[in-house]
Amino acid sequence: MSAVIPTLAPSTPGKPKSPLSRLIEMGTHQRLLAFASLIVLLIGFSLVSPNFMQTSNMIAILQATSVNGVLAIAATLVIITGGIDLSVGTLMTFTAVMAGVVLTYAGMPLPLGVAAAIATGALCGLCSGTFVAKMKIPPFIATLGMMLILKGLSLVISGTRPIYFNDTPGFDLISRGSLIGEIIPALPIPNGVLILFLVAAAASYILGRTVLGRYAFALGSNEEAVRLSGVNTDGWKMAIYALAGGICGIGGLLIASRLNSAQPALGLGYELEAIAAVVIGGTSLSGGRGTILGTLIGALIMAVLTNGLRVLSVAQEWQTVVTGAIIILAVYADMMRRKKA
Amino acid sequence: MTLLVKMHGIEKWFPGVHSLKSVQFDLAVGEVHALMGENGAGKSTLMKVLSGIYKRDGGEVWIRGELAEPAGPREAQDLGIGIIHQELSLMNDLTVAQNVFIGREPRGLFGRLDERALNQQTAEIFATMNLKLDPKAIVGTLTIAKQQMIEIAKALSFRSRVLIMDEPTAALNDAEIAELFGIIRQLKAEGVGIIYISHKMDEIKRIADRVTVMRDGEYVDTVQASETPLSRIISMMVGREVRESPLQVPDTSGNEVALDVRQLNRGTEIRDVSFSVRKGEILGFAGLMGAGRTEVARAIFGADPLESGEIRVHGKVRSIKSPNDAVAAGIGYLSEDRKHFGLATGMDVRANISLASLDTFTNGAGVLDEKVMKDVAVGYISQLGIRTPSDRQEVRFLSGGNQQKVVIAKWLLRDCDILIFDEPTRGIDIGAKSEIYKLLEELAGQGRAIIVISSELPEVMRLSHRIGVMCEGRLTGILPGGAGTTQEDIMQLATQRDAGVSLAGEK
Repeated sequence: MSAVIPTLAPSTPGKPKSPLSRLIEMGTHQRLLAFASLIVLLIGFSLVSPNFMQTSNMIAILQATSVNGVLAIAATLVIITGGIDLSVGTLMTFTAVMAGVVLTYAGMPLPLGVAAAIATGALCGLCSGTFVAKMKIPPFIATLGMMLILKGLSLVISGTRPIYFNDTPGFDLISRGSLIGEIIPALPIPNGVLILFLVAAAASYILGRTVLGRYAFALGSNEEAVRLSGVNTDGWKMAIYALAGGICGIGGLLIASRLNSAQPALGLGYELEAIAAVVIGGTSLSGGRGTILGTLIGALIMAVLTNGLRVLSVAQEWQTVVTGAIIILAVYADMMRRKKA
Repeated sequence: MTLLVKMHGIEKWFPGVHSLKSVQFDLAVGEVHALMGENGAGKSTLMKVLSGIYKRDGGEVWIRGELAEPAGPREAQDLGIGIIHQELSLMNDLTVAQNVFIGREPRGLFGRLDERALNQQTAEIFATMNLKLDPKAIVGTLTIAKQQMIEIAKALSFRSRVLIMDEPTAALNDAEIAELFGIIRQLKAEGVGIIYISHKMDEIKRIADRVTVMRDGEYVDTVQASETPLSRIISMMVGREVRESPLQVPDTSGNEVALDVRQLNRGTEIRDVSFSVRKGEILGFAGLMGAGRTEVARAIFGADPLESGEIRVHGKVRSIKSPNDAVAAGIGYLSEDRKHFGLATGMDVRANISLASLDTFTNGAGVLDEKVMKDVAVGYISQLGIRTPSDRQEVRFLSGGNQQKVVIAKWLLRDCDILIFDEPTRGIDIGAKSEIYKLLEELAGQGRAIIVISSELPEVMRLSHRIGVMCEGRLTGILPGGAGTTQEDIMQLATQRDAGVSLAGEK
């Protein structure tokens, strides 16, 4: 090798970075921005309304985040691979209905209902994954079809009537009980919120530390290069969709437990809220980049906004308008940042 | 000699980098002036200054005898400077004429588009170029060469007197290059000056009148193309003499046959291809573009299907249906297009090196061991001399040669003993090329079987122990490597069309 060969200076300084500082650096800006917006919203609302900052209201916000947060985490996994999942909302409903079938119709014990919901979710996710990976249907179309199929199946199976969980003692505790509150009475954080954070931690670990996560990012970054590396890309993609489906199953349990019933007509529109949270959190819709923490913050921003505007007695219709504007602003801010970088 | 362009003392700074250091350049009427230099030498920066994309920090630009200050691409266009970028910027779904006049369409009343005038004006431009092309054809259906002609026509439609061509032949085959050169000569005769940027040495001899060489942002010299030997130009570019040691063809006839393929077939792309490679051997593949070399490589690797044929690895018949199977059989494939098929460019060096072997870095639960991955990556960085600030650098920031080494590291780690290199030095500097050559020879020396596909004949002849030549999907012959084989021998096989098909291939 000769020193005469000119090399372009690398665009970043040559100092090796510790994994921690790199982790912080990755997507920091967008998340900082999102995080800062969250803080600003919290301060703003608490200044305007003294009721806003009360513990009970904070817990209400977290509780409201739990279902959307879990679905958004599922959506994040798929979006990182460069795909999209439009079926998270109706899949959530379908898994709730299946829990109802097992628990209320068949009268089986609670753990079986939980398992049924998660397994149903994973299986449906696997179906979407098969359509996308094996049959090469674009993810948007495949999951759009899946969304409609699941919506229909929920109505068919339940006979369009809600299924109540009155015969299953403890089912409502999945979301509404508080394990933390039993230990620390001053902090009655509901289980639903606890579950959200557990799911987030697990998903974060999978994305950052496991083969599955590494391939998720690699698929979103350059699928053909991964395939030509001899990786079974179809299989891993299906695994990601299945994992996302399983997480939707947890979302189904959360919402069914909170309502103490499976509402078969529910679900449509949840997928868009989930994708909105993902986008606000800085995950790129073109794949290859994204974080669970960002998605969590995104989901929290949406919940704080809804709650705060309600506390200020702003009409529900206007809340939707504001959410839409926030999405456009969030993505615009991200584009500006990228342009500068 | 009337000068179309005269640039003098051009300076350009980017944050922390002095990109152009008092560079000079001029262009005469009816001249093809080649601008040469390694990647990063400053050629593109200089041309961007001329075409108004960058604002210069010092020096003077004279265009047709007048001091000029091209403030943007539009102004440069008005001054008669047209640029044809390496990546064509045409809209594939529109017609030829719609592309040529995009943004300047002849209009009728109420903004109605006058398609007839559009097509007629385009046809007139084509006529001046002596080009036979239907203005109503959809661009996406045309060959790359034809699309290049459209770009030229588009530039001419601005009445450009200066045409900047950046690597115009990168995607063209020999016949198409000849066609392009025909057009260039025609433009020359009409007094258009052409600034020609290319890495292909032989083209400079064929088309250029003068050659200006740049290195490290500095002007080196301007010479007459016809009087200057290529080796002199190369040493001006690299800053030292590039000494090529003559090829030593080792005797590998006693080695085990690593890969043996028989009667591979798929449509007209792959016709009855049979050959074998022994351990320690470098088998080169020459041929014109579209001869089917990449198709054969991808089929062996399982990236594309085969209709029939047999693939034996170390004597055993293997069924290879996907790259996954090929890798399991110990075959690695390094694609010609690293950015699209070789690397996840947004991920770091460590992740890319380990991408094909992640399963070896995990425990039972699929959790990755970053510590071991780091050690392995750092090991390859020093072993292959990959120039990167750290193993966490994203590969898109590396130069072409270093990106290629990352891909090589990926396959070495996977421990593939049959490696297929498809255009291993495309887009790589001359200096870095010889490093890649040395690396390939070392790999063969370690007993790996190496297949090299290259469109550059000197490269094939420099590397190959044996040279397979393909034409129209058929393997038309296998020639011995070394001094005994001439370019003419290879070209004869490369153009040996259907008649006289012999069952060449097996030794």
